[in-house]
Amino acid sequence: MTLNDLHLIQARELAGKKKIILRCCMAAGCMSSGSANVKQRLEQAVAEAGLGQEVEVRGVGCLKLCCEGPLVQADPQEVLYIKVTPENAPTIVATLRGEPADLPQTDLNAPFFKRQLSVVLANSGVIDPERIEDYIAAEGYQALHEVLTEATPTEVVETMVRSGLRGRGGAGFSTGIKWGTVAKTPGSRKYVICNADEGDPGAFMDRSVLESDPHSVLEGMAIAAYAVGADQGFIYVRAEYPLAISRLQIAIKQAKQLGVLGSGIFESPFNFSIDIRIGAGAFVCGEETALMASVEGKRGTPRPRPPFPAESGLWGCPTLINNVETLANVPPIYRKGAAWFAGIGTEKSKGTKVFALAGRVKNTGLIEVPMGTTVRTIVEEMGGGATGGGHIKAVQTGGPSGGCIPLPHLDTPVDYESLGRLGSIMGSGGMIVMDDTTHMVDVARFFMEFCMDESCGKCVPCRTGTVQMHHLLCKIMARKATPRDLEKLQELCDMVKHTSLCGLGQTAPNPTLSTLRFFRHEYEALLQPDTFGPHRTADHASLPAAETTLLHLRQTYRARAVEATTRAAAETTTTPTTAK
Amino acid sequence: MAAKTLTIDGRQVSAEEGATILQAAEEAGAKIPTLCHLDGIYDVGACRLCLVEVAGVPKLLPACTTKVAEGMDVRTDSERIRSYRRINFELLLAERNHICAVCVANGHCELQTLAYSLGVDHVRYDYRFPRWEVDTTHSLFGMDHNRCVLCSRCVRVCWHIEGAGTKNVAGRGAQSRIITDLNMPWKHADSCTSCGKCVQACPTGALFHKGSTVGEMERDRSKLEFIVTAREKGQWIAPD
Repeated sequence: MTLNDLHLIQARELAGKKKIILRCCMAAGCMSSGSANVKQRLEQAVAEAGLGQEVEVRGVGCLKLCCEGPLVQADPQEVLYIKVTPENAPTIVATLRGEPADLPQTDLNAPFFKRQLSVVLANSGVIDPERIEDYIAAEGYQALHEVLTEATPTEVVETMVRSGLRGRGGAGFSTGIKWGTVAKTPGSRKYVICNADEGDPGAFMDRSVLESDPHSVLEGMAIAAYAVGADQGFIYVRAEYPLAISRLQIAIKQAKQLGVLGSGIFESPFNFSIDIRIGAGAFVCGEETALMASVEGKRGTPRPRPPFPAESGLWGCPTLINNVETLANVPPIYRKGAAWFAGIGTEKSKGTKVFALAGRVKNTGLIEVPMGTTVRTIVEEMGGGATGGGHIKAVQTGGPSGGCIPLPHLDTPVDYESLGRLGSIMGSGGMIVMDDTTHMVDVARFFMEFCMDESCGKCVPCRTGTVQMHHLLCKIMARKATPRDLEKLQELCDMVKHTSLCGLGQTAPNPTLSTLRFFRHEYEALLQPDTFGPHRTADHASLPAAETTLLHLRQTYRARAVEATTRAAAETTTTPTTAK
Repeated sequence: MAAKTLTIDGRQVSAEEGATILQAAEEAGAKIPTLCHLDGIYDVGACRLCLVEVAGVPKLLPACTTKVAEGMDVRTDSERIRSYRRINFELLLAERNHICAVCVANGHCELQTLAYSLGVDHVRYDYRFPRWEVDTTHSLFGMDHNRCVLCSRCVRVCWHIEGAGTKNVAGRGAQSRIITDLNMPWKHADSCTSCGKCVQACPTGALFHKGSTVGEMERDRSKLEFIVTAREKGQWIAPD
């Protein structure tokens, strides 16, 4: 495979392009509402109408407006049909001949689409994810070629640093610095891992990227591998994503056949192969050290860091772990340049962010917006506000590790620092809209239950703390808690946050802390008065009888101990005097 | 090997390069509470009791897995750490059924000793009272999951000292439990060499030698009859 071959494939694809393309969404959302049948009937209808020469029915990745699926987009007419049934197929084909039709469609000029800026999702909904030729026609693998033939690994890392890309898995660590660390760590064997263990409830960005454009992730991994000096990559993807797994398998096979993966890529001395590892459903395996243990075939539990994976990762070798979206950002950065990428977004958060917009909002689906877009723009303008005439109460980001952004803070720009200041996190990109029918204590309870079930059980604070916090939240919901319980809950949140071993435990109290910060009145409204009179923290008289007794005992013993020591000290000082 | 100088609780201490804070503190005579740590096996940093403050590091670090560094300023006993340790310990006591009075390890239990030293005389959290089973199928040892604190010391000695690999952790979160082989009764765990290292490693009464539990204190009433009637029957006199 050479650059010439890439250009040949690209030219052949563009020359063979038909006049009209019916893009039928074949991502998991639309598939589950029957888009496979729609596609089949469309193909049938095109054949019956004798339009086979002019019309192509293409199965594509996510067309973004998931709530209205199955979706079919007609090009170049620029019409997006929504809620398409197989019976609509002949009518859609008839419109191609100019016949008028009364089919539900949506306005492609609506803010939901117009406000988006596609970098990661540029190919999503456009190319057929199961054909590498489609990806090559969209300039795919050219960045890898350029990197391999024209740049040294150090230059590749420098470009990444200049782009300002930060990890899209949630924490937002600089990707360039991470690459540089792995590149500089000596080791005869190094690995690149793609973390596709997306587990936050309500998040489906990584799944959509893998289902819609798997080659961009493969290309990103190959570039990363060249930069750090790895020759083996793993994609750790959860078993709950069968469609993503099958598309990845197809993509890897095609890439190997064409020689853009494997040995001697683009006739250079660079070798790189990718294997898939399938997760068995543990949320904690999204944590990098647990993920690596799982790839090694061990029980997926985290271990203390340092040493960081960059130093000692998979089988003790230096390892680079990046999230799906981070890696999908890589090819565009090398294709269009670091300066172009750094020009998007805010000062400290560059580029775009993909969000899975879900919850009580009119337009749910996949959106990609420049960093710095306000939450209000996303949920009110693009999302179209709350469903059923309700009012938006809060927006939850970051899933079980994140927090709520209440209505007064909706003008917060979406970037790592601003969300962090509100006690939430960027997270991997789940964005759940809540309206006034949502009870915030229940939200906190839900996420706590999730963390409790998903705790790996290794460290004490997370394993036992989540159980007790969940118990207290249930108690509050059942109107059986007192102000003292609320105090206990807050104390536990603080303790679990600061003493847990890994990110799961350290962030598990976040939804509770965040709702306590902005919706404390909802907690307080459910509390019962303390059984032992009004609650006063500093006053021991208000402690329950048993606790007072213990306190008294403790004070007595302490007093006695002090007495004994003073007596002993007095004796030792007096003894010599009597001896004289 | 180069030595590192650091400060532990305001005292200048020197430690070998590669040593952990815990080792350095022990040499210097500072006592850091530990539960999942056992001399001779590698550390996992799971119990979080040995967390210490290191100046300039925002997070608390486990003393058992953190290596010493030049100029490190460590605090092992601040108000904050004491409070966290206490909560940690109370959570541990509320998790399973730790009832000292009827425990085989009563008086010889690390959990009990730690509770005394940390001043944990009551637990503020609701006891969970889970129903856990006791595996007494093995001919020599028993496993009482009610007393288990999941420190994984038994697992580590089994894999890395004995090399048998019988013990393991199964399940997730509060449902985690120590299993033998593929979660089968201990007597059917063919890989077990009955070496007893796990029993020696256990900090609580979760793993015990059979015959030592309160429930196994069986009375032999026939002896009573013998004592009372032996003289009459002439049974105490040896036949010629």
